[in-house]
Formats: sequence, structure tokens, C-alpha cells
Amino acid sequence: MNFHGILSIYKFEMGRTMRTLGQSIASPVISTILYFIVFGSAIGSNIGDIDGVKYGAFIVPGLIMLTVLSQSIANASFGIYFPRFTGTIYEILSAPLSFVEITIGYVGAAATKAIIIGIIVLTTAGFFVPLEIQHPIWMAFFLVITCVTFSLLGFIIGIWADGFEKLQLIPLLIITPLTFLGGSFYSISMLPPFWQSVSMFNPVVYLISGFRWSFYESSDVSLATSVTMILVFLSLCIGIIAWIFKTGYRLRN
Amino acid sequence: MTKPAISVQSLTKTYDSGLIALDDINLDIAQGEIFALLGPNGAGKTTLISAICGIIRVSDGIIEICGHDHTKEYRIARGKIGLVPQELTTDAFETVWNTVSFSRGLFGKPKNPAFIEEILKDLSLWDKKDEQIRKLSGGMKRRVMIAKALSHEPEILFLDEPSAGVDVELRKSMWRQIRRLRDNGTTIILTTHYIEEAEEMADRIGIINKGKLILIEEKKTLMKKLGKKELILELYSKVTEIPTPLADYNLLLSENGKRLTFTYDPSKKNNGVAELLDHLKDSGIKCKDIDTRQSSLEDIFVTLVGQS
Repeated sequence: MNFHGILSIYKFEMGRTMRTLGQSIASPVISTILYFIVFGSAIGSNIGDIDGVKYGAFIVPGLIMLTVLSQSIANASFGIYFPRFTGTIYEILSAPLSFVEITIGYVGAAATKAIIIGIIVLTTAGFFVPLEIQHPIWMAFFLVITCVTFSLLGFIIGIWADGFEKLQLIPLLIITPLTFLGGSFYSISMLPPFWQSVSMFNPVVYLISGFRWSFYESSDVSLATSVTMILVFLSLCIGIIAWIFKTGYRLRN
Repeated sequence: MTKPAISVQSLTKTYDSGLIALDDINLDIAQGEIFALLGPNGAGKTTLISAICGIIRVSDGIIEICGHDHTKEYRIARGKIGLVPQELTTDAFETVWNTVSFSRGLFGKPKNPAFIEEILKDLSLWDKKDEQIRKLSGGMKRRVMIAKALSHEPEILFLDEPSAGVDVELRKSMWRQIRRLRDNGTTIILTTHYIEEAEEMADRIGIINKGKLILIEEKKTLMKKLGKKELILELYSKVTEIPTPLADYNLLLSENGKRLTFTYDPSKKNNGVAELLDHLKDSGIKCKDIDTRQSSLEDIFVTLVGQS
């Protein structure tokens, strides 16, 4: 295992974040504050408790998921796309690194950044609503596995994209709608039966549900289903990346 | 017996579009030599380097680096190679120190600040170590690329068009650096458009055209085998046409009838120079100056590429 190689990629990617530290932290913090002002206070004050949880507190897990999903994808996709765009990818490809090591370096850094931002959002939320985490270990599990899985997805997008426009396409047209419709701001049980059934095809529902369960022990689907679905999605992403490196798709062509 | 630094057998690269970029390449490069790969644009030079370095997949063939298969034993094989690509592809916002250290780490080497310092000093980059790369000149960026390639102490160094866009002074300084590396045992493979560079530096020359290696030869042998010499005669009086007794010499009349050029093979014992001078005297043609010129590698290159 080329540990120095993995660490170099990881540190290099983290270094890029450190150069834009203000932007990296300020943006999610401001977004969270705005969500709390609009949904938590202005609208939320007129909405009753959901499953016995105040609306302001209810949206905290969804808000964290909303942020970490988009951050994981953005960080990982940009991380691998940028060296492809500038041509510096030659160095990664000519180094004695396996595809697993390259993936660990890029995805590890992207996931770390997303986790840090998730914790920042959580801390910011603590200034607006009383935080209650019933199962902190499960909370950490969902946070970490979601960041890793969606960083893997971002990594795939970064390899697939052949322009900055495509880099934005999937996050904008698929991921953001799925996240908003995945129960970030409401419980699936609040929907009419037909739309409840449709929502079950949205993988983000299972993430938010499981994550919310770790906070308040209330969920739209069972914990086991949530865990299974995220592991299925994780395996799918790993499978696609293995195929990319095996075939050299868009990297070693 | 020492294994070649690079051994390429029956290497073929065909792109999805059907373009055959490399066609049955066979090449051995000995350890410690400087090998120059010449060829016109699109000949396959960069593709060959990319294949050896593992940047692109090959369609067929075997590549061994110091006896190690470049796919089955890729860690050992790639660890021995440093690559300076043709394009100045750097991370613009990184500092010189960080980007060179990053390259060392990628190749699995632990930190060695003293070694990085030595490289930067050798390449006159030490006082720029904390500068962002985007603030450096083109020549400086080229040196950074070399520093990155050397950061993991490679046994083989690929220089893809190292002199492109570099001024004469820096080019000569790079040549000195390359010779020093070779003196320390590093195998150097360079591609270049500057024939002068290959003539100056290389031990052996390979000429590639349309994906085929059309010639591999010791530089001296090549110059000797294919090099022609010209005898240039500046005449006292203008000559309107070449006299009949001189017709067999295929003389070239130029400079408005005041210069005759005779091309001959210097390796031949009876190369015709003495007879030509006698015939000139007999024909009453007087010379005010005589000069000779050895044909350059460039002439040889142009001839070979033109023929292939």
C-alpha cells in the first residue's frame, strides 16, 4: 500500500480547502442561518410538532444532510475533475498508485471536508434550537457513511464530466431535487399515500430517515432499511469506480 | 548481464477512432544512456512516453522497466520513472515547495526536505520555493516540472520537449543539468524538435514517424553512415554552365555562377575530391576559397522522414 501517496493526495486536497477556508465555512453557516430564519422561525412557528419534535428541531437532520450531500459531491467531483482539466492528472496516473489508493486519497479528503461542514451546520443549529441526539454513534455512522458514499458519487461525476457544465448537471438536476423531496423539511407520512409510495424510490429518503432517527428516534422507514439502502448505494458506487479504473474510462484511454 | 532500463516489445496503440498511434514498436534503452527520440508533430513520441509511463493503456505488446513488467509490477516499474511532460501542467495556486513535495509523496517516498532543497538549489529555484507557481515565468515553470520529476529520485527520466519555449541560456543550463544526471547514472530519454539538442546530448537516436520507429542508431554511427560532406568552392570568375568533364560529379552551381558545391561521402577512400580538383584545374576554373560542411543530424532527419 502506498500510504505516502494516499496521504499526499489527501493533504493536497485538504490544502486546497484551507486556501479558501472563509468561503468553505461561511457559505454553509450562512445558508443554515437563513434556513432557520425562514423555515425554523418565520414558517416553522406556524407549523405544529412533527412526531413530537418541534419543527425547528425536526429540520436539523435534513438540513445537515442537504449540506453534506451537496458538499460531498462538489468536493469530490471538483477534486478529480480539476487535475483532468489542467492536465496534472498525468502525475497521478504515472505514480505507483492503485485505483483504490487514488480513490481513498480524493474521496477521503472530500468526505472529511463534508463531515467538518456537517459538524459546523450542526453546531450552528445548536444556536437556534435545543439539540438532542438520542443515538450519537448512529448519528456519526450515518454522517460518515453518507459523506463517503456521496463523495464516491462525486468522484464518478468528476471522471464522467468533460466540462464544467456537466460537473454541475447531476448535482443540480438530480441530487438537489431528490434531497428536497427526500424529507429534509417534512415527514414522508405528511404526504398523500400515492406520493408516499413514490418517495420510497428516492434513496435520499432512507438517508434522512435514518439520520433523523439517530436524533429523535422517529423515522419514515425502519433503521435496518435505511442502513441497507445506504450500503447498497455505497456498493454500487464502489462497483462503478472499480469498473472505471479497470477499463480506464476517461482516464487512461 | 544488466537489464535494459527500458525494453519495449511489439508495442501497439490503437485508439478507439481506429488511429494507430504506435505500430509494432521495439526498443531497448540501456541504463545510463541518453536516448533522443525525434519525429515530426503527431509522429507518436508523446504516445510512446505515455504508454511507458502508464498514462495510457496499450493495445498490445510488452513494456519492461529495468526488467519489471509495467502492468504486473507497476509499483516498482513506475517508481523508477520521472516524467517531465511537454505541457506546463502545474497547480497554479500551489507553492514550488509544496508541489515538489507532493510529487515525492505520490511516488511513495517519505519526506526529505534536505533532498528537495538540493533539487531546488540545483535548478536555481530555491529563492522561489514559497512562490505560487502562477507567479513564475515559463522557464521557471519548466524547471519546476523537472524538479517534480526528480523529487522521487528516479532512475529513468523522460523529458518530453524539454526546451519548448525556453530561452537559449536556460536551454544550455538544462543541458548541463541533464548531463550531470546522466553522470550520476540516470537514464535520460528526451523527445525534441530541436535537432541541435539531440546532436548535442544524445548517445543514441531513434526516429519515429507515423507511429513506426524507422531508425535506431548510435548518434556517431548515424552521422557517419548517413552524413554527407559538402565541398564548397568559391570561384574567381563566373561560370555559366558546368563543363562536360565535370558532369559526373553532380555539381551544384549557385551564387550566380560563382559557387560550386560537391557532395561526397567522407567515409569512402576514393571520394572524388582529389579528382575533382584536378578536373577543375584542367578546365581552367580557379577557386579563390574552399570550404567543407558536414551535414547535420537535421539533414539526416529530414531525409529519413521524407523517405518513410
